[in-house]
Amino acid sequence: MSTTLLIAMLITMIGASTPILLAALGELVVEKSGVLNLGIEGMMLTGAVVGFAVAYTTGSPWLGIGMAALVGAAVSMIFAFLTLSLSANQVATGLALTIFGTGFSALFGSEYTGKPLELFKSVFPAGLAEDPYLRLIFGHSPLVYFSFFMVFAVWWFLSRTRAGLILRAVGENDISAHSIGYSVIRIRYGAVAFGGAMAGIGGACFPLLLTPQWVEGLTAGRGWIALALVVFAAWRPLRLLAGAYLFGLIATVELYTQAAGGVFRIIPTELWASLPYLATIGVLVLISLGRSTNANAPACLGKPFEAGH
Amino acid sequence: MQNEVPPRLEMTGITKQFPGVLANDDVSFAIKRGEIHALLGENGAGKSTLVKMIYGIMRPDAGEMFWDGAPLKARNPKEARRLGIGMVFQHFSLFEALTVLENIALGMDGGLSSRALEARVREVLKAYKLTLDPHRVVSTLSVGERQRIEIVRALLLNPKLLIMDEPTSVLTPQEVTQLFKTLRQLASEGCSILYISHKLNEIKELCDTATILRGGKVVDECDPSKETSKSMAEKMIGGDLKAVAKGAERQFGEVQLAVRGLSLGRGHDFGTALKDISFSVHSGEIFGIAGVAGNGQNELLAALSGEQHAKADGVIELCGKPVGTSEPSTRRKAGLCAVPEERHGHAAVPDYSLANNGILTARHRRELVRSGLIKHSASHDFADEIIAEFGVMATGSKATAGSLSGGNLQKFIMGREILQTPEVLVISQPTWGVDAGAAAFIHQALVDMAQAGSAIVIISQDLDELLALSDTLSVINEGVLSAPMDVENASIEEIGLLMGGVHGETADSAKTLPTKPEAEHAVQV
Repeated sequence: MSTTLLIAMLITMIGASTPILLAALGELVVEKSGVLNLGIEGMMLTGAVVGFAVAYTTGSPWLGIGMAALVGAAVSMIFAFLTLSLSANQVATGLALTIFGTGFSALFGSEYTGKPLELFKSVFPAGLAEDPYLRLIFGHSPLVYFSFFMVFAVWWFLSRTRAGLILRAVGENDISAHSIGYSVIRIRYGAVAFGGAMAGIGGACFPLLLTPQWVEGLTAGRGWIALALVVFAAWRPLRLLAGAYLFGLIATVELYTQAAGGVFRIIPTELWASLPYLATIGVLVLISLGRSTNANAPACLGKPFEAGH
Repeated sequence: MQNEVPPRLEMTGITKQFPGVLANDDVSFAIKRGEIHALLGENGAGKSTLVKMIYGIMRPDAGEMFWDGAPLKARNPKEARRLGIGMVFQHFSLFEALTVLENIALGMDGGLSSRALEARVREVLKAYKLTLDPHRVVSTLSVGERQRIEIVRALLLNPKLLIMDEPTSVLTPQEVTQLFKTLRQLASEGCSILYISHKLNEIKELCDTATILRGGKVVDECDPSKETSKSMAEKMIGGDLKAVAKGAERQFGEVQLAVRGLSLGRGHDFGTALKDISFSVHSGEIFGIAGVAGNGQNELLAALSGEQHAKADGVIELCGKPVGTSEPSTRRKAGLCAVPEERHGHAAVPDYSLANNGILTARHRRELVRSGLIKHSASHDFADEIIAEFGVMATGSKATAGSLSGGNLQKFIMGREILQTPEVLVISQPTWGVDAGAAAFIHQALVDMAQAGSAIVIISQDLDELLALSDTLSVINEGVLSAPMDVENASIEEIGLLMGGVHGETADSAKTLPTKPEAEHAVQV
């Protein structure tokens, strides 16, 4: 295999991983605060359609991403209001959010179906971004660099800052956090909004980074993979990165082998298509068999908090 | 002098109403500067509510509080802390997955760097001679060590008023002495202390004044040094307190439980390995196991109950039959019931009704299940029977275990096991956080049970309790059980020394039981 092909594959892999990575990072913060938001897929779809629509109408991918983040956060606030302020069941509300997002994106996106969009490419000069070797470093979309930055930022926030410590404390023992004097609900609202924005951006990656068009159900269940990743990565940002890239790797291998044809034809397409999902879950289950995993789970995950206990 | 200075904290006419309960009814009292003031009362007397209002977690419906003469306006704990009110909770408000240092940082307001904070923590630990590793994760710590975190957290704030809720229940006598020294030192520096405890002899020793609450009302204010423990207990419960009556002439029967050379590896990283533990308990005998938390008590209980299996079947014998590798339910059927220390989630499922909690351990011995189906009415009858016989305050067999107060749940759990009339009962911390009335009741029930011929093993950190109840006593330290001694001939000092080798301090004392000089060194922690 030639080096240039390898580099091309790596770039595809990184691109394919980015939406999952972004959405999962958001969900990681949400879950660390003790909230389980199963609505990632819905928020991603909403972000995807809004990102597409704004980028298509204005021609600015930046604006598309910004709006996708805003709308993702806005949609997550519906979830936050129902589960945090009204103590509704988080699982049911999250599922409803996914159904809402799926329906909304299909309705809102119908007029954009079949319209072409330009991919959000590297902003570096062509000499760097299109050089067959240097493009491994400079040839990515700004969204990719943003995802790298966010892995580090989330890790740093959770493990090194006081605000991150408070957020973890709220997810660990909400009653104690409340009795010390932290506003559990307010902190969780903030975490959920962050998760929504990240899922929105992750969704916007699909039309801007992967397939420059709108089709219904564009995210193809990636939101669910993001959700599983968080658990299997034991709520650690760096493992999340590894898990997301594993998914991207297998998805890329699938693409290239399909294109190569030949002997690879023996394996049915459907199996190839499901392979990234199966393999990612499989590997992560193996990793999480280690004992450190469960200890890292936020103790209050999914439990509603009512002040005054 | 003190008449000119306003009291540190004054409460007048504090009233707090909860749905269905008047938690505090016109409560008034004052705490002077540098005074150690006891707040006494049974569970449910309104102590916690009162304290929560001082600390800003709740607000009174009526009445006023004054802090150094000015109205106290702490709307939340943060403001209370800023005023100089520190609190050590009874139910530790700790975060299991976080480290000691992170836990402390959460309780501090203000951006102290973690390095600076660690230095301060080490300073306080040194000044008050407490051992605690700031970088350990809380979930790996014993109950006693967890409490130390709370104490350090409060001391770091240089409080003017320190509220201590049941602080000594997990400490050795020497540690209690040390704590009292600390508290007296704090008081002499002008810090007032509001001390909540069920241990009346401690209150007599430590406190200058005691305010006694019953049913949300102040029933008396007294000078503990002029009272007896009994007189205070009676004011608290509003009736006569019966002393535990051990039958005078008790005969021990056959050996019911024999443990021979029980060794067990550490369950998790910070567990305690059990080393060659041997003892036997006869029918009618109460065997006490003393020790500071985290010295292998939980592991020993798990090995006896069957949650952990011994290496060979013959290591544990129940009524002559080897059960070392049997499951808990098999052991229960064979006559060994066990009550773990943690009530919520281990001894009882908080979200289950009392009837269902009864089924969990008594399904075989009380025949509450037939061919895989629950006998609905029998299970409710059983729960009602426990409620009636053990005076459990609950709305009925359908009430969830979590809705009961600690003392009442403990009564229920004790009742559930005792009514199964096991040949052997192993119980950890029978009266943890239970008020004097309920504790006396549980003690009497245990003594009666022994009288009726059961063999009982009590694992407790409350030495007074063990001395009052047991016939034979051993001390567990670093997973090693000392030779059993006759309680009549045992001295508190000797037991205290055996208990003394605190965690990770003296590895040597674990190998050989401490001889006197070595042990004396070991307790200076």
